[in-house]
Amino acid sequence: MASGVKPRVKVPKTATVGEEVTIKALISHKMESGQRKDKKGQTIPRSIINRFVVDFNGENVIDVMLEPAISTNPYFKFDVIIPAAGEFHFKWFDDDGSVYETKKKVKVS
Amino acid sequence: MKTHTVSRRDFLATTVVAAGVLGFGSRAAFANLAEEEIKMLTAGVVTVSDSIVIEAPEIAENGTTVPVEVTAPGAVALTLFADGNPTPAVAKFKFGKLNTSRTVATRIRLAKSQNVIAIAQMEDGSFQRAQANVKVTIGGCGG
Repeated sequence: MASGVKPRVKVPKTATVGEEVTIKALISHKMESGQRKDKKGQTIPRSIINRFVVDFNGENVIDVMLEPAISTNPYFKFDVIIPAAGEFHFKWFDDDGSVYETKKKVKVS
Repeated sequence: MKTHTVSRRDFLATTVVAAGVLGFGSRAAFANLAEEEIKMLTAGVVTVSDSIVIEAPEIAENGTTVPVEVTAPGAVALTLFADGNPTPAVAKFKFGKLNTSRTVATRIRLAKSQNVIAIAQMEDGSFQRAQANVKVTIGGCGG
């Protein structure tokens, strides 16, 4: 597992049914592109988050395949219609096989 | 044991061809790579569309984090390319039903001034394309 990986997401705690809310998700990760060289001139091997998936109550909201051209600390912002109360499930897949997860509940008022 | 010999003439001929390919490749290699990947994705059938909007800065001071926002109404999938990067693919998004605005914002790396290209796959399977030029002051691929 890469060190210092910490997911952070911003989801409103409450929403009305049918409301469109904006979700922001960021994960601290160095996203080593595999293009850079160290002081000895040797290529630093690629180490990135290669996939990011968000589900709401088991239904897929967005599924992203990431390439090395995504910046350090990958950040995504997108909109979701809230159909009912439920839970967001965020998953990030690392090149090294690790999976980082976080969940956020949304209440319907 | 069978030995394989290469005549001097054959060797020279292949070397000259290889050198020619390399010389040509270095001039426009990256832009061609992007177009080739787009061709593979769309099978060559893609229409330029005004409805797909790429919001990106005209001038990015720092190529390591360039904010990009793409809106592709009616798209089921969206692929981003940067035609001046060593590997042109940037990201591929698949949208679920709950994601109705089909807008996504992220931050990308750009090695130099170049075009950011968005290819949207619509619900009927057709492809639409939009692109935005970004000028980069400091490149973002290190090395």
